[in-house]
Amino acid sequence: MGAAIYDFLFSPFAEFAFMRRALVACFALALSGAPIGVVLMLRRMSLFGEAMSHAILPGAAVGFLVAGFSLPAISVGGIVAGLVVALAAGAATRATDQREDASFAAFYLIALALGVTLISTRGSAVDVMHILFGSVLAVDEAALLLLGVVASLSLLIFAAIYRPLLADGFDPEFLRSVGGGGTLYHFVFLGLVVVNLVAAFQALGSLMAVGLMMLPALAARYWSRSLISAMAVAALIAALSGYCGLLLSYHADLPSGPSIVLFAGGGYLLSLGFGRQGLILHWRQRRHLEA
Amino acid sequence: MPAIAASAPAGEISLEDVTVAYDRHPAVHHVSGRFSPGSLTAIIGPNGAGKSTLLKAIVGQLPVADGSIERGPLKPRDIAFLPQQASLDRAYPISVLEVVLLGHWQRVGAFGRIGRDGIRAAREALSAVGLEGFEHRPLGTLSIGQAQRALFARVLVQDARVILLDEPFNALDARTVADLLALLQRWHGEKRTVIAVLHDFDLVRQHFPEALYLARRLIAWGRSDEVLTPENQLAARRMAESWDDTAPLCDPGHAQHSHGGHAA
Repeated sequence: MGAAIYDFLFSPFAEFAFMRRALVACFALALSGAPIGVVLMLRRMSLFGEAMSHAILPGAAVGFLVAGFSLPAISVGGIVAGLVVALAAGAATRATDQREDASFAAFYLIALALGVTLISTRGSAVDVMHILFGSVLAVDEAALLLLGVVASLSLLIFAAIYRPLLADGFDPEFLRSVGGGGTLYHFVFLGLVVVNLVAAFQALGSLMAVGLMMLPALAARYWSRSLISAMAVAALIAALSGYCGLLLSYHADLPSGPSIVLFAGGGYLLSLGFGRQGLILHWRQRRHLEA
Repeated sequence: MPAIAASAPAGEISLEDVTVAYDRHPAVHHVSGRFSPGSLTAIIGPNGAGKSTLLKAIVGQLPVADGSIERGPLKPRDIAFLPQQASLDRAYPISVLEVVLLGHWQRVGAFGRIGRDGIRAAREALSAVGLEGFEHRPLGTLSIGQAQRALFARVLVQDARVILLDEPFNALDARTVADLLALLQRWHGEKRTVIAVLHDFDLVRQHFPEALYLARRLIAWGRSDEVLTPENQLAARRMAESWDDTAPLCDPGHAQHSHGGHAA
């Protein structure tokens, strides 16, 4: 019995190096991405990550066309494309009085169409699937190293801009009136989102990467009132989803990205139902206090 | 909260033929005059008269299309601005104390340490606005009146020479208004320049020595009882509220003659 449980839960990681690398990759992404997801949600930009995950595609495609399936080329291309779309949409918003979500919708749709077109000029359907949905097998030693560096740097920068970022989300007009320069931090933050999505690219694919960033963040809001605890819970849920998803992917021979994100989605649904601010407690009459 | 030095000449703001425009259409049109140091002024006028626009121009958030605003030796950090409540996200997971601590921003910036004195100042400000014991409550659990008290505490912590308030008493009950008015009087007593956009004429008559009557152009500016006259109200009502797409270019010479202005 015990041996069976061990076989099921641990031996895939004990036996195969690629599984261990994928697991470490997921943990790193959970730590750096989940807090970013919490802030995205807080700034009413939950769909922004989704848009960016599409926006990095043409850059990744160009990298892929130039250098084949080379991690540095694809990553650099993805980051450049993501930043270009973020800056273009941000500039269009600020210059023309349009809402930010409208500009992002326009630019990411253009980028997505461009990306898929570029890939299909040379690559096969398998390549497209690979880029969109990822593959744990693709996480080699170099990829893991890059991912770890990116995740660590992202977490440090996030910590550095934490105060202005949150103050800007709360009361941007006040921050402007005291010369807080919210725009700069906003763009640094958008950069962090892009970099994290690109880092998650190998293990999860560009379309699934955003799932590990947003779903745990959305779930965490049902458990915690304070921001710090929401970020911790989100990172925990993300890490657990990574572990469970990889197991499912291994045992059922499924692509890793969707498996991981499905578990994150399950975590969200559970939280929605059973969380401290979830539906069940919401429906159950709770006796009010005296004052 | 230390009172600012009485000898400080700063706190004067003069408007020199100021026009602020949205898309070239003036929202504030050729306004001249002066807020003297330590004055307590109410900006009044109908909706769309450009009151908020003028405040934002004074803070420097909106560019002046024509004319100029002289702030003397005032630096941006010397001006505290409390915008209308709608601009902040009340559901944000932020505690009341953290909201008040934001008032230190001009001193500590994005990365500086607030320190024990700063936290004590914030707690004192909270008790000054009657929110003792609310430090760790999330802002979202406060009533509108309590939230406005918290924002006044933030202004207290900012400790600025010039304080600009945009409709600070909207939707508040009588007691909250009375408490916050007392704070305004305290700032006035500390020789700070206080400018507030208001709608309640009775309140202006009773508590504000000076008033600026704005209806896009300046109707009157001076002692409240002299500004709040039936003639001026009639003049303000005649203000064209329409957005005229075919409005001709404003001729500077003509404008200055017909608009007159406030002799400072």
